[in-house]
Amino acid sequence: MSQVNASQPLLEVRHLTKVFGSRETEVRAVDDVSFTVQRGEIVAIVGESGSGKSTLARMLLRLTDATSGEILMNGTDVTQIRGSRNLKPYWREVQGIFQNPVASFNQFYSVGRVLRKTLKLTGRRYSRDEEQAKLSEALRTVGLDPVDVLPKGAHQLSGGQLQRAMIARALLVDPKILIADESTSALDASLRVTILNVLRELRDRLGMTVLFITHDIGQANYVADRVFVMYRGEMVEQGTVDEVLGNPRHEYTRRLLADVPRLGSWGDEEASTLQPVDATA
Amino acid sequence: MHVTDVHAYYETRSGPIRAVDGVSLELNHGEILGIVGESGCGKSTLAAALSASGPPNLRIGKGKLTLDDRATVDLATSGGTPREWRGDVISLLPQRALNSLNPTSRIGDYAYDVIRAHNSKLRKREALELAGDRMVQLGLPARVLQNYPHQLSGGMRQRVVTVISTLLNPTVLIADEPTSALDVSSQKALILLLEKMMEEGMISRVMFITHDLALLSNIADRVAVMYAGEIVEIGTTREVVSRPQHPYSKALIGATLEPDPQQRKLTIQGLPGSSPDMRNPPQGCRFHPRCPYAMDICTREAPPRMGPAHNHATCWWVKQQADKGLDTGGIDRVTGERVATAS
Repeated sequence: MSQVNASQPLLEVRHLTKVFGSRETEVRAVDDVSFTVQRGEIVAIVGESGSGKSTLARMLLRLTDATSGEILMNGTDVTQIRGSRNLKPYWREVQGIFQNPVASFNQFYSVGRVLRKTLKLTGRRYSRDEEQAKLSEALRTVGLDPVDVLPKGAHQLSGGQLQRAMIARALLVDPKILIADESTSALDASLRVTILNVLRELRDRLGMTVLFITHDIGQANYVADRVFVMYRGEMVEQGTVDEVLGNPRHEYTRRLLADVPRLGSWGDEEASTLQPVDATA
Repeated sequence: MHVTDVHAYYETRSGPIRAVDGVSLELNHGEILGIVGESGCGKSTLAAALSASGPPNLRIGKGKLTLDDRATVDLATSGGTPREWRGDVISLLPQRALNSLNPTSRIGDYAYDVIRAHNSKLRKREALELAGDRMVQLGLPARVLQNYPHQLSGGMRQRVVTVISTLLNPTVLIADEPTSALDVSSQKALILLLEKMMEEGMISRVMFITHDLALLSNIADRVAVMYAGEIVEIGTTREVVSRPQHPYSKALIGATLEPDPQQRKLTIQGLPGSSPDMRNPPQGCRFHPRCPYAMDICTREAPPRMGPAHNHATCWWVKQQADKGLDTGGIDRVTGERVATAS
C-alpha cells in the first residue's frame, strides 16, 4: 500500500457498482455507491434484506469483484488486485467479522490453535513467548481470559465468547478496518450490547475503524459515529447519527425508523407510500 | 388453555438437559401470550413439547395440558400432544420458513398437503381455492401458490407459511421465533398479519416466542420471561415492560437498544456471564450467579413466588423489597437503571 497521508481518508469508495445477471435478468445489487471512511470512526451501513449492504461488504472485503467503480485504501485502488496471493496484503488490512461464529471456527481445533494459525498468516515470525503474548493481548482486548479460553474448543464456548474470540482473531493480523456484517444480529440483547461495547472500546482505545453493517437502526444508533442508509442498491442517505436519525431526509429512512419496534409502541403509525422491496419476484 | 407443571428434558450421553423445568401458564381465548428469554432458556423446547414437534431425544417427564372442554392430556404418558391435534388444534409456526418448505414443490402443494392431512376428501383444486381465498382475504397475492419457495423473499415466505399453517383455524398457534430472521419492515408486516388473523377469527390464541422484547411488547397482551427453564416473571405487557420486578427482566429491558439519541451517549452494561449449563443448574435461584442483587439466601434456596399465578415474579430480592415496604418496579428505559418510583 502507499504511504499514509494524514488528510487522506482511510477508505474511499467511488461509484462502486455490482451487477448480477445480464440484460433481462440484470440486478443492480449495488448501484453507483460513493463514500469515504475516516480513521478511527465507526460507520454503520443500514438497510433491509436485499438492499445490497452485504454485497457491498463482500466487495470491500474483496471476496467478490466489483462490476465497476473504485475502492481506494489509503489512496490506492484495490479493485484491480486479483488472486488470493496478491490480495493477501489487503486482507491483512481489512478483516471481516460475520454473523455465525460457529461456522467460522473449526470445531476440532482449540481456540489457541485457530488463533496461532491466524497469526502465521501475517508472515511474521514469533517466538513461542511472543506468540503467547500476542494471543493473550488480543483476547484480553475483547474481554476474554486467555488462560480460560485458549485450550477450549469452539463448542465449549458460549455464543458471546465465540463472537469475541472471532473479533480477537481479526485483531491478530493488526487490521486497519473491521467490517462487521450483521455480526451481532443473532445474539441476545444483553450479549449484543457487550459486543457493541467491545467495538466502541476498540475505536476509543486503538483508534480502530469499523464498518458496521446491520438492518437494526437501534444498534447503529448505539455504536456508530455516522450512518449510511442503503435502499435497493443505492446509498440514499449519509450523515452523522444525529443528522440521519434525528432529521431523516429520505423517505425510506423515515419508514425504517417508523418500523423499528420500540418497547411499548411501533413508533408512529404512519402509513408508508414506499413499495416494500419485500415482494414476490 | 392451561399448561401445568411441564418438565421437558433432552436425553444426552452426558446426562439429561433439563430444558423446561416446571412451567405452568394459561392462555386465554383471544389472547397473545409472549414468551421471552435468551437462547437456551427453554422457550423453544416448551414450544416443541406443546406442539409435539421436538427432536427424538426430547422427553417429557411431567406436565398436563387442558384445552377448552377437551380432556386433559397427560403430556408425559401420552408422549406429548396427540399427533392428530397438530395443525388442527395446535399449530406450530417455525422460525425459518425456508427450512419447512420443500424447495422442489410449489407453495400450493404444501397448502394442499396441510389440508389433506385433516380432510382427505377435499380435491386439490378445492384446496388451492381455499388457500387462495385465505391469501387474498389477508392481503397477500394468491399467485404465490404457484411459486416455488426460492421465488419468494424471506419476509413473504414467512407470511405465506404463517397463512398456510393456520388454514385449519387452529385453536392455538405457537409461533417460535417467527420474526428472528426478518428485517424490521418484514417483522412489522408479519405482526400486522397475525393481528389481522386474530381479528378475523382464524386463530384465537397465540403463544409468541422470541428473544426480541421490543417486538414482543408490540403484539403480546401478556409476557412471560423465561430463564434457565423456568418462568421468572409473568404479567401484562404493560406491567412487565414499564415496571419489571425480576432483576433478569430489568436486565433484558435495559439492554434493549432503540434509536434514541440519549441512549448513544451511555455505556449500557450487558449481563455478565452466560446462561447456566442445564445438566447442572445452579443451586437456589438459577439466576443468582449473574444477578446484581444476589444475596446469601439466593445461593441456597429456591426463590419464592411473589404474586398470583397470572402476575408474579419469582425472586428473593423482590420478596425482601416487599417485606421492607419498598417498591421494586420502575426502570429507566434509556439507561437500564432502576429508578425509584412512589409505591
